[in-house]
Amino acid sequence: MSTTQDRFLRHMPRDGSQFKRKFDLWGMLHIDLPLLVALLIAASIGLFELYSASGRHFDMTLKQLMSFGIGLTVMFVLAQIPPRTYQTISPWFYAGGVLLLVAVAVVGDVRMGAQRWLSIPGVGSVQPSEFMKLAMPMMLAWFLATRVLPPSVFNVGIALVLIGIPALLVAEQPDLGTAILVAASGLFVLFLGGLSWWLIGGFVAAMLPLAWMVWSHFLHDYQRQRILTLFNPEADPLGNGWNIIQSKTAIGSGGMLGKGWMNGSQSHLEFLPEGHTDFIIAAYSEEFGLIGVLVLFSIYLFIIGRSFYIASTAQDGYSRLLAGAITMSFFVYVFVNAGMVSGILPVVGVPLPFISYGGTAIITLCSGFGILMSIQTHKKLIS
Amino acid sequence: MRRQNAITIKDNQQEAALFRRRAIVAVVFVLLMFGVLIGRYYFLQIIEHETYSVLSENNRVHLEAIAPPRGFIFDRKGRLLADNQPTFSLTINRQQVEDVNALLTKLTPVLNLSAEDIRRFKARAGVARKYEEVPLRLRLSEEDIARFSEVKYDMKGANINVELSRFYPYGDLFSHAIGYVSRISEREEKELDPVKYAGTNLIGKIGIEKYYEDYLHGTVGYQHVETNAHGRLIRVLKKTPPTRGSDLTLHLDYDLQKIAHDQLAGRRGAVVAIDPSTGGVLAFVSNPTFDPNAFVGGIPYKLYASYRDHLDKPLYNRALQGIYPPGSTIKPFEGMGGLHYGLVSWDYTISDRGYFSLPGDTHQFRDWKKTGHGIVDLHKAVVESCDTYFYQLSDRMGVDRFHDWMKHFGFGAKTGIDLVHENAATLPSVQWKRERLKAPWYRGEMMSVGIGQGYFTATPLQLAMATAILANGGNHIKPHLLRTASGTTSFENINKSDYKVPYAGDPADWERMKVSMRDVVHGPNGTARATGYKVRGYEMAGKTGTAQVKGIKQGAKYDEATVGERFLDHGWFIGFAPVDNPKIAVAVLVENGKHGSAMAPIARALFDFELLGKRPEVAAIPTPAPAASDE
Repeated sequence: MSTTQDRFLRHMPRDGSQFKRKFDLWGMLHIDLPLLVALLIAASIGLFELYSASGRHFDMTLKQLMSFGIGLTVMFVLAQIPPRTYQTISPWFYAGGVLLLVAVAVVGDVRMGAQRWLSIPGVGSVQPSEFMKLAMPMMLAWFLATRVLPPSVFNVGIALVLIGIPALLVAEQPDLGTAILVAASGLFVLFLGGLSWWLIGGFVAAMLPLAWMVWSHFLHDYQRQRILTLFNPEADPLGNGWNIIQSKTAIGSGGMLGKGWMNGSQSHLEFLPEGHTDFIIAAYSEEFGLIGVLVLFSIYLFIIGRSFYIASTAQDGYSRLLAGAITMSFFVYVFVNAGMVSGILPVVGVPLPFISYGGTAIITLCSGFGILMSIQTHKKLIS
Repeated sequence: MRRQNAITIKDNQQEAALFRRRAIVAVVFVLLMFGVLIGRYYFLQIIEHETYSVLSENNRVHLEAIAPPRGFIFDRKGRLLADNQPTFSLTINRQQVEDVNALLTKLTPVLNLSAEDIRRFKARAGVARKYEEVPLRLRLSEEDIARFSEVKYDMKGANINVELSRFYPYGDLFSHAIGYVSRISEREEKELDPVKYAGTNLIGKIGIEKYYEDYLHGTVGYQHVETNAHGRLIRVLKKTPPTRGSDLTLHLDYDLQKIAHDQLAGRRGAVVAIDPSTGGVLAFVSNPTFDPNAFVGGIPYKLYASYRDHLDKPLYNRALQGIYPPGSTIKPFEGMGGLHYGLVSWDYTISDRGYFSLPGDTHQFRDWKKTGHGIVDLHKAVVESCDTYFYQLSDRMGVDRFHDWMKHFGFGAKTGIDLVHENAATLPSVQWKRERLKAPWYRGEMMSVGIGQGYFTATPLQLAMATAILANGGNHIKPHLLRTASGTTSFENINKSDYKVPYAGDPADWERMKVSMRDVVHGPNGTARATGYKVRGYEMAGKTGTAQVKGIKQGAKYDEATVGERFLDHGWFIGFAPVDNPKIAVAVLVENGKHGSAMAPIARALFDFELLGKRPEVAAIPTPAPAASDE
């Protein structure tokens, strides 16, 4: 962007301290220690709960441990790369992601009724929509970093197009849940970039009558019924309602202190479906009670807080926006998962970060935190 | 980008401040949302803790699916063709069983379980929820129940359930039309909506049962039941009853079906009768047939093998899938085509010396009557089934114009009847031959197509449809079995003509063609005059046809033994009655029946009943006679 600006920054008095900085091993390794420790605690809780919720499935737990190993390695590697490099490759990354999504739509594998996977000979299967969760905020941050902020209406329009294309491609797969998450990760960049409150308010005000129009004029009765069931799963006790009734029973029966590790009857008697994947927080709540839930939420809040600190102390616009958007996305995963399992949000397929079983999600999350660490640890090393 | 930088200076400090303000808003939002989450978990885990503890501790409250009863199927006069009857089945509740394999081993001698039964059970159990009852054996006999009752104390987790099963009161009479239901296969299991089919074991496999599966199935119900530690039901807490599937009323008529079936007894063939005004199928018979009730509870392998390997192929739906050269039955339609294209008129005549030759070629395409028919106009050509006339007409028409006209009658395409696995047969064209046989069209090939042989094939259903359209005076209909469906499901069903065949000539030509077909039966020289003498109380129209069986050379010698009989020509008869206001159109095909004229009595038997309410006294089984009266 502007090397003059960097040179100017480098000579600011506030940054003079770096010259007298004492030896910092973690800084040399480009690791943010508070974040790493919090992530390791969350991962450990996840492994313990997975072993219990999977019914003492040692192989599954080991596989998850290996996923964490790979994830942490990816995080470490990504943290070494300076934010400037990410900024340079962002548009290519985004374009590649969109191309992969198009490829999925054309030649993707259909699994479980949705076309989300792309088989690459010799590599295996990849899920480009997962990749887009990072490529989207990178692209938006790259785009807004060189624009004057708050963004003009024209630039907001371009940004919305950039968000819309991949989101629609993912929604077509069909994977509405992921499409919303991908779109949200881009919208967060716009919000943090200073999108005018008037525009936000105007958008919401425009959506309400539109939604009402669609609801009352374009939907059939059975479609309305299906949407109502999404928000009220108890109305469908043989389908999604079963999961929610069982997960609420699991959470509620846990009480203040929980039934203890490996003692959750709901999950062990196989009443709780998906007890080791999307619904693992129900098994956790049953075994560790409200205290356990508060501990877990505290760790998440610490991670979110530390990430916001990294974002707001970042020295250039790109890093700030990207770090902020990654943080907000992380929060959304936690909130949507904990909300849907406890029955206050519709059931969509979002895993609980670092706790739910599944390697892909772990690697995506670790990549995000790798970028955050890169932003944090390259701040004071401008040379 | 660069230009913008040059004009407006980006102020990093100011933007960082803006970001911080936004980040603070975000942090406040995050804290609020976590507040909501904590509130929710507090509500569930502290305030509602007692309620959920009780629910969790007595895991005795189960949700059970109640399968909906299947809709009934009636004939047009309300006679029940597919009924539901209670049967007993043995199911296993895996929640009550510690070792499922041990239980299966114990049950094997009691119920004579086969390895196949156990494999199927395991496949079903693999996709069922833990709390669901998984069926092990359907349709228990009374002895099975008695033997099981003696050892029941030792078989915790195995239960006898009463459920409704399908029963076809008329046995094999309707099997090719209505089809049957049978146990859901593993492959179907994977594709079905598990909620919709919770508790259901049977699904439509072919025929009406398959085509209207969604209507017949109904809506699943469920109940919350409280059970004791042994899984025995204590009380029903809450119940949402299932909704029975839609009842279907068909156009089929039991009497017509029965008459057609009896008339065909002992022969391989098909009879399709259609109401020309609605397109409703009144009779749909393919012979030989099979017992659909045998399939409902899982057909024993021996019986299935006997069906499958029988020389007469009883499982083969001849009316829907059998493709035969239509022979001379196409002549009335083809004649209308000649009028449509202006190639012939009613006054146009040819002189038939018993054969036709293409110009510049000495090859003689022979008429069935060696001496020829003399001076022949269209009326005579239809009445006496003159080949020479149609050799000449089809040569002048050409295969593509022939194709374009004949397709209006349903040839060469699926009729769209509400049955599965229909065969489209073949209506040739230049393009068809290029695509399918990778060969050009030869002029001489049109000769055999023009008299319903060669590449031209049709199903009995297609010929019945074509006959109904002609009887209708060119009003196109689509054959269908369903008349009405009751219940909440709506469906699209046109019980009338959907469009008029675009005919370029005088509309009165349709009536004249019908009169020509009347004279096939009632005229002094008609090919079906033997039947015409016996018709009382109404007039019928018709056309005979003979389909050569491929694979035997003209004039080749064959034995009169059974094997030889299978090389005799197929006999066709199409017809409708009464001539002036047709109420029923029929196509009859009898394999190796040799002569179409011999099939006319079968059609007459149906007309007698439909128009006069008269039942045939004796079965008019056509016996192959050596004297040739057609072709």
